[in-house]
Amino acid sequence: MNIVVCIKQVPDTNEVKLDPKTGTLIREGVPSIINPDDKSGLEAALKLKDQLGAHVTVLSMGPPQADAALREALAMGADEAILLSDRAFGGADTWATSSTLAAALRKIKYDLIITGRQAIDGDTAQVGPQIAEHLGLPQVSYVEDLSVEGASIIVKRIFEDGYHKIKVKLPCLITALKEMSIPRYMTVGLVYDAYREKEVKIWTLRDIEDTVDKSNIGLKGSPTKVKASFTKGAKTAGKVHNVDAREAAKIIVEKLLEKYIIS
Amino acid sequence: MSIANYRGVWVFAEQRGGEIQKVSLELLGKGKELAEQLGENLTAVILGNGIKDRAKELIYYGADKVIVVDNELLDIYTTEPYTKVLAEIINERKPEIVLIGATSIGRDLAPRVSARVATGLTADCTSLKIDEETRNLLMTRPAFGGNIMATIICPNHRPQMSTVRPGVMQKLARDESRTLDIEEYPVQLTPADINVEILEVVKETKQKINIEDASILVSGGRGVGKPENFKLLEELAHKLGGLVSASRAAVDAGWIEHNRQVGQTGKTVRPDLYLACGISGAIQHVAGMEESECIIAVNTNPDAPIFEVADLGIVGDVTKVIPALIEELRILKASNK
Repeated sequence: MNIVVCIKQVPDTNEVKLDPKTGTLIREGVPSIINPDDKSGLEAALKLKDQLGAHVTVLSMGPPQADAALREALAMGADEAILLSDRAFGGADTWATSSTLAAALRKIKYDLIITGRQAIDGDTAQVGPQIAEHLGLPQVSYVEDLSVEGASIIVKRIFEDGYHKIKVKLPCLITALKEMSIPRYMTVGLVYDAYREKEVKIWTLRDIEDTVDKSNIGLKGSPTKVKASFTKGAKTAGKVHNVDAREAAKIIVEKLLEKYIIS
Repeated sequence: MSIANYRGVWVFAEQRGGEIQKVSLELLGKGKELAEQLGENLTAVILGNGIKDRAKELIYYGADKVIVVDNELLDIYTTEPYTKVLAEIINERKPEIVLIGATSIGRDLAPRVSARVATGLTADCTSLKIDEETRNLLMTRPAFGGNIMATIICPNHRPQMSTVRPGVMQKLARDESRTLDIEEYPVQLTPADINVEILEVVKETKQKINIEDASILVSGGRGVGKPENFKLLEELAHKLGGLVSASRAAVDAGWIEHNRQVGQTGKTVRPDLYLACGISGAIQHVAGMEESECIIAVNTNPDAPIFEVADLGIVGDVTKVIPALIEELRILKASNK
């Protein structure tokens, strides 16, 4: 069984601090991590490797420094790592990103593709389903549990109000929730291998040019454009009331009505 | 693609078991405003099984027209049949805007549909406006944890698609006098279109405790005083349809479990309402909740830093203010009946 896990390197938002004066994020010195949903999906793939001897490939698109995320995946036990890195891929929205990843996936053997549900720096949850569409694969997103049964997988698909148990024939794509698994630690031996024995293959546009339409990649191939970005204005403090409890309750209720929180 | 051929605003009306989701009605409210600005109609599209009679509700909440696709293969949501139908109608009718609720269904369906019809999609928009000059939809969404807002456009592709989370937009008042215009759209679906097999459907009445998903949080800190007082917060949260969260001080004191903790070492939340009870507002805590839509703080200390980020502050004792608030809500509910 061949599994490809798509991972994204993201800034560790848990480590992000706020500038107390400006109220903006301090980005310098923020460590990069493997996106948590993706890492959970990677762990699920590695479990299938332990159980069934699956071959696990990790695939990422990003700048050269995303190498570190792929090395970490190798050190956790992934067999192969590919980094899609080219200036031509830069500035991509989710359509262009998924087109680029799908182009690479057309060149890799897979029975199952796992992506994270969403990345903590973008929160769109779009790239997984879009890859599935480009490749014409069945998809199940929001997966919390995964097992293999013959030529199919059985997954637990989470909704706000419950879950479905779903059987899907391979090949297919699933998007993993953070809750799916607790990622293992890297082992010393594998860390050594990841940096000394194994390689992270770098694929540029040239490596995928026969499987992608160039008008669908990078900034130019992105249907959506950022028109403007702005920091949210620093919040000014609201009114503070020093009144008895009964009066306070009335003021709060008024606010809740005004904000349509209650009706 | 000739953009001028694409006209009108659509809302995908999500139903589960025949029940139209709240977010879809909210999107009709926003969709109406956008359609009026464009001088176009607002159309709701509803897919399901045995849901024909639900269509008029969508008119009552603002749709000028409803397209109903009623088919037994659309009974329980699965990705492919819903995508196939929605993409087919979009390609045939060519709307310029399609809005979808950012639920666990909408966030599965929207990207798949957008990829099939080859257009852009912007997730979790908090503001939608029309650029009067270009007729482009201006889609504003938080980026990078909410500190930066980005306005996204989709200038050369149609439809312009975006998802919006529940609770962001406001629904219109229900109006039964509106003229019904309901069209049944015939589709050819075969069992082969369902490429997954649903083995089990489980409804969970017990809400999972995930404070990150709650739209209302009643949060307790050291000022709550003792673990028993958290019952008051529970009662209030229940009344408001929210969950109880906490500051690190309350968690460290063992008053409440760690998965409820908001802040730098806990979770980052951005509910519609964050009611901070007896929380001083240390920077590590504020970092995890300051993006909340509305912050109300109750604290005995008038100099507590939490008041600096609060939309409304009450200087007072949580154990007195919260019971009074519960009582006030009870009175309001009784008078609404």
